[in-house]
Amino acid sequence: MIHLTSLQLKLLRDLWRLRAQAIAIAAVAMCGIASLVTMRGAYEALRIAQYTYYQQYRFADVFASVRRAPSSITSAIRNIEGVADVQARVVFDAPLDVPGLNEPATGRLVSLNPANQHDLNRVYLRAGRLPDAGNRHEILISEAFAHANTLQAGAVLQAVINGRRESLNVTGIAISPEYINEARGSGFPDYRRFGVLWMDRETLGSLLDIREGCNDIVLTLTPGASEAEVIHRLNGLLEPFGGLGAIGREDQLSHQFISNELAQTKVSATVIPAIFLSVAAFLVHNVLLRLSSLQRMQIGLLKSFGFSNAAIASHYMQFALLTVATGSITGIALGSWLGHGLAHLYARFFHFPTLSFSLSASLVLTALIVSLLSALLGSGLAVYRGLHMTPAEAMRPESPLRYQRNSLERLSLWQRLPLVLRMVLRNLLRTPLKTSLTIFGLSMSAALVITGLFSFDALNEIIRFQYRVLQREDISVIFNEEHSTDIINHLNRLPGVLRAEGFLSAPVTLRVRHREKRTAIIGLERQRQLRLTVDARERSIELPAEGLVCSRMLADLLHLQIGDKVEIHFLTGRRQKTEVPVTFILDEPIGAFAYMDVQALSRLLQKTPTVNGAWLALDMTNADTFYRTIKVLPALASTSLREVTIQSFLATVGENIRINNSVLVIFACVIAAGIIYNSARIALSEHATELASLRILGFTRAEVTVLLLTEQWLLTTIAIPLGCLIGYGLAAAIAALLSQELFRIPLIISGRTFLIAAIVVVLSALASSVSIWLRLQKLDLIAVLKTRE
Amino acid sequence: MLTTESPRAIFSLRGVDKIYQMGEVHVDALRSIDLDLYEGEFLVLLGASGSGKSSLLNILGGLDKPTRGSVHYLDWELTQASDDELTRFRREHVGFVFQFYNLIPSLSALENVELVTEISPSPMEATEALRRVGLDNRLFHFPAQLSGGEQQRVAIARAIAKRPDILLCDEPTGALDVATGRLVLDVLAQANAELGAVTVVITHNAAIAGMAHRVISLGSGRISGITRNATRLPASALAW
Repeated sequence: MIHLTSLQLKLLRDLWRLRAQAIAIAAVAMCGIASLVTMRGAYEALRIAQYTYYQQYRFADVFASVRRAPSSITSAIRNIEGVADVQARVVFDAPLDVPGLNEPATGRLVSLNPANQHDLNRVYLRAGRLPDAGNRHEILISEAFAHANTLQAGAVLQAVINGRRESLNVTGIAISPEYINEARGSGFPDYRRFGVLWMDRETLGSLLDIREGCNDIVLTLTPGASEAEVIHRLNGLLEPFGGLGAIGREDQLSHQFISNELAQTKVSATVIPAIFLSVAAFLVHNVLLRLSSLQRMQIGLLKSFGFSNAAIASHYMQFALLTVATGSITGIALGSWLGHGLAHLYARFFHFPTLSFSLSASLVLTALIVSLLSALLGSGLAVYRGLHMTPAEAMRPESPLRYQRNSLERLSLWQRLPLVLRMVLRNLLRTPLKTSLTIFGLSMSAALVITGLFSFDALNEIIRFQYRVLQREDISVIFNEEHSTDIINHLNRLPGVLRAEGFLSAPVTLRVRHREKRTAIIGLERQRQLRLTVDARERSIELPAEGLVCSRMLADLLHLQIGDKVEIHFLTGRRQKTEVPVTFILDEPIGAFAYMDVQALSRLLQKTPTVNGAWLALDMTNADTFYRTIKVLPALASTSLREVTIQSFLATVGENIRINNSVLVIFACVIAAGIIYNSARIALSEHATELASLRILGFTRAEVTVLLLTEQWLLTTIAIPLGCLIGYGLAAAIAALLSQELFRIPLIISGRTFLIAAIVVVLSALASSVSIWLRLQKLDLIAVLKTRE
Repeated sequence: MLTTESPRAIFSLRGVDKIYQMGEVHVDALRSIDLDLYEGEFLVLLGASGSGKSSLLNILGGLDKPTRGSVHYLDWELTQASDDELTRFRREHVGFVFQFYNLIPSLSALENVELVTEISPSPMEATEALRRVGLDNRLFHFPAQLSGGEQQRVAIARAIAKRPDILLCDEPTGALDVATGRLVLDVLAQANAELGAVTVVITHNAAIAGMAHRVISLGSGRISGITRNATRLPASALAW
């Protein structure tokens, strides 16, 4: 039998009486802790998975591509100070014909030493077996590609390698730290039409006729080595072999994707729980302040009996602790469940040997401490304000609340306001801090919805602008070498092709003062319909005849403005160095590329115009014929389809965002409802006597409901536009913080997003209003007439 | 005021019982009450705590319904009235004065009265009501800036501003000192005389009985006596 002291009994009864408000507070705390546990847990899971994977499977630190180098170059590279281990590889893109897929796909063939356990970027075998050396052309295929195309060991893919059509036999499915995210370049990943294929080094070398050479170098660094220095010396070594410029991990595509996700999750895991727990502390404070005010007689009585201030304070603080702790424990459970879901979602985009969400003791402890702090903060302040009176003072009835004329009343408009509004405004202005915090809390719920939905708006804007305004091709093709422009005429004559426009992509290093960036200058034809350059008002503009056009991201990276001179270092051909001015900055959301008129680019390269890729518009009714044709074209290295890429991206990432947003919208509703409901309940408690008196004086239920709820609706009305502003500000911060080389996040928020945010707040306010209205029905009129004890 | 000609009965209560069921306990708050209230009458309802005077006030004011019996306001049978009808009854015909004034603290004296005049069918000007209670110089003061007596006078102004047919006052001097109490009672007597509203003052203070036309004593839920004062004392002559 548990023995409860009388104060403990009182605590339980107070909790029961105020259960609705306590539940609202607990729900807000639950959301805060759940978001902390989910996001922090997912962050840790991702970070640990990344760290162990990189360690165990020896992810490289530096990556370099060359045109062709002898394998013996590795000994020279190994001599560079700071290099721990080097590996020469063969990496090659080839067009693929995948069973069940009409469109052509692209396979990235990567050489593999199945016997070597010390391989860098070693593969993890998910299913099947490693490929054997020999002429059976056995390959491993990457997991996302295998899943997207439902391929298993035993499948046969057709590839055009070195001008010959080869059958490749799948022996297994694998992943590698180099392709945790199977993206092929900037732009949206398309798992169905791009895959990594690992093949025995010997076999691949013989297929490509580079048995003794390599075209790709990866290396690891010794602890403390200078990456920049190693890259510098490596570039020097590789230059004679057509080095395309080495990059560090920070620029490695798959690593970039994960780093971005980690950075985002880390920020969210701090900001979102902080918002919720601040709101919980604020609600705890308000409820306890009201409770101690209602119970001031009891407090006086307890004090007169000899209960110490500390005993009474702890009694009220326990109310907060019990409420918040209940919310937190539920939050930990919910967060753990959501965390498993999030890890599951992550597993679709990031391929690790194991990625599992586990609730660590330290995370649980952090969650409990954080929630404890919020409960103590809220209750401590309220108890401090509510308890500092003498017993005699406490036992006297409270004198009427002091109101004064506020500054608004000097306005002539004031006298024309309805009495209800004057009452409400005086109430709100009497406690400006509480009013501001209530409005701010409500605004944050709208702001949360906006920041969540903003990711969709930004994504839609990227798609609209990049893939509808700028890029208008149906398919882009990359040739495996440069060709004369005649090849475009040839493409134009293929069945199903409506229009073909060639381009020349020249790998370069751009340098401005101390900043440099490895990228490509894309030479464009004068007359273009499939790839536009547009001005700020999205009107198509001519490419300047001379000079460099930079994407906004490139300009930001190099701190470039129009008129600045850029040093260009070409990484192919004669590897010229030259300097050109920037003539235009293109607002391109994806990638950090530079553009030039193809004639001007050819002049800089000192050769006749050539092309190494083309954009094509297709007659979609005849597209399959075209696809069949190009699947066997020996000149192609890779292809990419615009529309299907967008669709497949939306199907995966879009769903991810949708799930995240749904959770965020529900959480935002909890905040909004928690704040409005608690503030209305406190207003009801504060004004119950007045309202009952008015009912006795002949006011109808509807009239007193309006009196009470006008305050809540006024707060809501102010909070919505403010929330939209805060949401816009947060979105701007997100866009600025999280924009990176892969995607520049445009600051576009749709009217629909603002509308949904407003609806979330209005619906929450409506739900609270209904529950307050129901309580007003039960207002005890006669109690008001009874003598106050 | 009240003459020997038979005046019109505004309220008629016949056989009114009020039983409160509190858990397993029956409380007979009112038993077989028969009572008529006449036009322009100033009544004092005298009784100790638990005598049933508050239950009677609740029934007269349309806040509660009797368990048995009938209550007529003119031709209107209030026991049959719906909740909405009772609200309309209070709004149009009843003025209430509470022991603890129950003003809205966020509204000035004038605004507290205006709150009621805005919803009444034929009210007097709010300033006029406050002038009648002698507060025309305190129009813009908030309750917290007024003394208890002044707050109660604002409450009376609020009650009379609608020109009620019946003014119900629940221990109106209960929270006031003697001098202020006299002042408030004087204001009530004046309002009764000028507006002709049936004025019922509920009190346990027998000293107030002297200013009534009739004094109804209650005990254990029954009317234990009705006395008619041959001469009424002015409020200033009362002492307690």
